[in-house]
Amino acid sequence: MSDLHTSPSGESHGSVSSYIIGFVLAVILTAAAFGVVMSHSLSPSGTLTAIAVLAFVQVLVHLHYFLHMGGGSEQRWNNMCFFFTVGFVVILVIGTLFVMNNTALHMMSR
Amino acid sequence: MAHDTTVQTAGHDEHHHESPVVFGFWVYLMTDCIIFGTLFAVFAVLRNQFNGGPSGHELFEFSGLGLETALLLVSSITYGFGMIAAHKNEISKVIMWLGVTFLLGLGFVGLEVNEFAHMIHEGAGPDRSAFLSAFFTLVSTHGLHVTCGLIWIVTLMVQLMGTTEIPERMMNKLTCLSLFWHFLDIVWICVFTYVYLASMI
Repeated sequence: MSDLHTSPSGESHGSVSSYIIGFVLAVILTAAAFGVVMSHSLSPSGTLTAIAVLAFVQVLVHLHYFLHMGGGSEQRWNNMCFFFTVGFVVILVIGTLFVMNNTALHMMSR
Repeated sequence: MAHDTTVQTAGHDEHHHESPVVFGFWVYLMTDCIIFGTLFAVFAVLRNQFNGGPSGHELFEFSGLGLETALLLVSSITYGFGMIAAHKNEISKVIMWLGVTFLLGLGFVGLEVNEFAHMIHEGAGPDRSAFLSAFFTLVSTHGLHVTCGLIWIVTLMVQLMGTTEIPERMMNKLTCLSLFWHFLDIVWICVFTYVYLASMI
């Protein structure tokens, strides 16, 4: 019983190599984001897009290699909560920006 | 069920399922995610409301930000090594890795407090402009979470000292803290991208 809990199929907790792969990817993505901003090689909007994409990919890397999220059936409820929350946060952030931007336009505060 | 398992436990049709304690903690983290989402939305709305005060471009520095990011990123992998040691029941290694993680986290909080003190000293405190109010609320909420994580790490280190094996209850605590710590690193990715780097373009 305790054996099953401490060493399940090897998926739910990582190995040394998976942590190191995740860490190396995270370092590369972080360095790339800093590099893009510091080098000023892209236009401002291009830079913003680039760092947004890099951050998105790095979040996925962390979720997979550090938080050990996966598609296994034992993680169904975790994933369900997660995607509900992501959807909620997207509505929250985009909705807030939309409403406040609209308000600012109508109040001519800019 | 796609997979059948051998252990028979009463009333559970999903084996290999992590402990309900860990799942409950996961649900808490999701609510925490909504808190941070709200604060990011606030920051996104107020990010250009400087009220004649300093902008992020004038305030933020690459060196301090890079060091903070590096400390938190390295602390993520050291905690991961601690979890691997915990699964092998190597308690002295677990305590050692938790200690390293604690020091890295402490360095992060120290740098952040130093940065805040410096900004407030220069008159760029949370009362200067809407941008700075939103900045301090968001970043210090993250810093407060890291501080709570540090207290939690010390608590678990003390509880682990002198024990010879890690019971399931302790393993659950370590797993919850693992989720918490890695979650904070994900929040920091969003902070350094959308708060710092986006202001420094």
